[in-house]
Amino acid sequence: MSFHIFVQQVVNGLVLGSVYGLIAVGYTMVYGIIGMINFAHGDVYMIAAYLTAIFLAALTLLGVQSPPVIILLVLLLTIAVTALYGWSVERIAYRPLRHSTRLAPLISAIGMSLILQNYVRLSQGGRTQGTPTFLDGSVRLFEQGPDQFVQITHAQILIVVMAVLGMGVLWYLMQATAMGRACRAVQQDRIMASLLGVDGDRVISLVFVLGASMAAVAGTLVTFNYGSFDFFIGFVTGIKAFTAAVLGGIGSLPGAMLGGLVLGLSESIFSGLVNTDYKDVFAFSLLVLVLIFRPSGLLGRPEVEKV
Amino acid sequence: MKRHEILALREVDVAHGHSPVLHQVSLSVRQGEIVTLIGANGAGKSTLLMAIFGLPRVTRGEILFDGREITRVPTHRIARMGMAQVPEGRRIFPGMTVMENLVMGGAGAPVDEAVLERVCGLFPILRERSGQRAGTLSGGEQQMLAIGRALMGKPRVLLLDEPSLGLAPLMIRRIFQALRAIVAEGTTLFLVEQNANQALRLADRGYVLVNGRIVLEGGGESLLANPEVRRAYLGGH
Repeated sequence: MSFHIFVQQVVNGLVLGSVYGLIAVGYTMVYGIIGMINFAHGDVYMIAAYLTAIFLAALTLLGVQSPPVIILLVLLLTIAVTALYGWSVERIAYRPLRHSTRLAPLISAIGMSLILQNYVRLSQGGRTQGTPTFLDGSVRLFEQGPDQFVQITHAQILIVVMAVLGMGVLWYLMQATAMGRACRAVQQDRIMASLLGVDGDRVISLVFVLGASMAAVAGTLVTFNYGSFDFFIGFVTGIKAFTAAVLGGIGSLPGAMLGGLVLGLSESIFSGLVNTDYKDVFAFSLLVLVLIFRPSGLLGRPEVEKV
Repeated sequence: MKRHEILALREVDVAHGHSPVLHQVSLSVRQGEIVTLIGANGAGKSTLLMAIFGLPRVTRGEILFDGREITRVPTHRIARMGMAQVPEGRRIFPGMTVMENLVMGGAGAPVDEAVLERVCGLFPILRERSGQRAGTLSGGEQQMLAIGRALMGKPRVLLLDEPSLGLAPLMIRRIFQALRAIVAEGTTLFLVEQNANQALRLADRGYVLVNGRIVLEGGGESLLANPEVRRAYLGGH
């Protein structure tokens, strides 16, 4: 593999990893706070892709032409509506089951995932949809000839920048605000937090809203970059992001980011070095290996029995 | 003059799932008092404290705080009414710093510097360790942190579950000294203890809980002198 292809795959891997990381954060935060895997999270990401297309079309109809304005407005609108979806999913499918067996919300999550997919299929059609190419400029690095260069699209740059920014904002919210402190308290001991006046239900809602917002950022940026999607994209991407969360250590916020990057990079470099068909096999083998040697993930803390 | 009754349980029944734990428990705590509840392991002491905060809800009877019925009030609202609890096992947030734990005690309100000052005056070690992860503290320090955290919300009533459990005698003495200082500042104390000797010496009044029922009540000194209490809880000497 030539130097150029390698660097190109690293760039692609970073972009893919940023997307996985943004979605993985939602899995890991929800797991951290209520100990369940939100299987509908990937579909919330899919919803964000559709919303992006809808808002893009609406803004175009309204005659908005400046790309930065469009990017900003579409992002904000998509985040707002996707967050509402995340909030609703928790209220409808998980909160009523809060005090039932552990398996019940898991089954409910799978049900919610199917409902979201089919709701989109019915309302938007089953075919692959596309948005007009948007942000299609690119920069070339290390150019040494007609086929000898590394290409980075503007959309790819935007993905990495927004992922870093989004993670930064989330990290700040969790570490430096009263709201984030309450989240961490509920995560560590929900009963004690309630004895100190923290409304656990509100914190759980907040976590779903934050997770959905991050998935919305991913959905919008991926749509800007690839321009095509269907009602089923949430499944594979969701499973990958979930893998990233487990790889990094489920429950750990930096773990989700790291897991996303490791998964994205290894998938992409494997595609370049070996072949594309087996990249998923490689990604999941990596997960198996990490779980054998570090069962709690790269940054996860080992489970400690409470006394 | 009879002092204002700030916390009262009236004929309360509590169950864990389908197994009853407390039967017809009635007790009252008046403003400024130190009241203790003593009883053997498994008598239902911790359950009683948690039931005051609605975890679990009582199956019969009512709980009043400052004359208001709180039997069905959500736990986090009860915590904001001016009652705090140091539960069994302390339950500090191990992954947070000592300071973050203290701030959590303020129930989301901005930190009241005067209260923080008072708590750190009571337990100077908390100031020294303020940036350290709470999980790295010793048992006694964690107990101090749990009490300090509860005080951050300026509670009028403080419920304590076995603050002396598992601590060295010197540490127990320091904790009880701090409790005296807390009461001197006007906080009402409801103390659950297996260490009946220490608790009854500190308390104005006490209740004895056996198998989920209150079997005895009286002044701290009189319970301490009661032969039955001495035989059952004070090792007979």
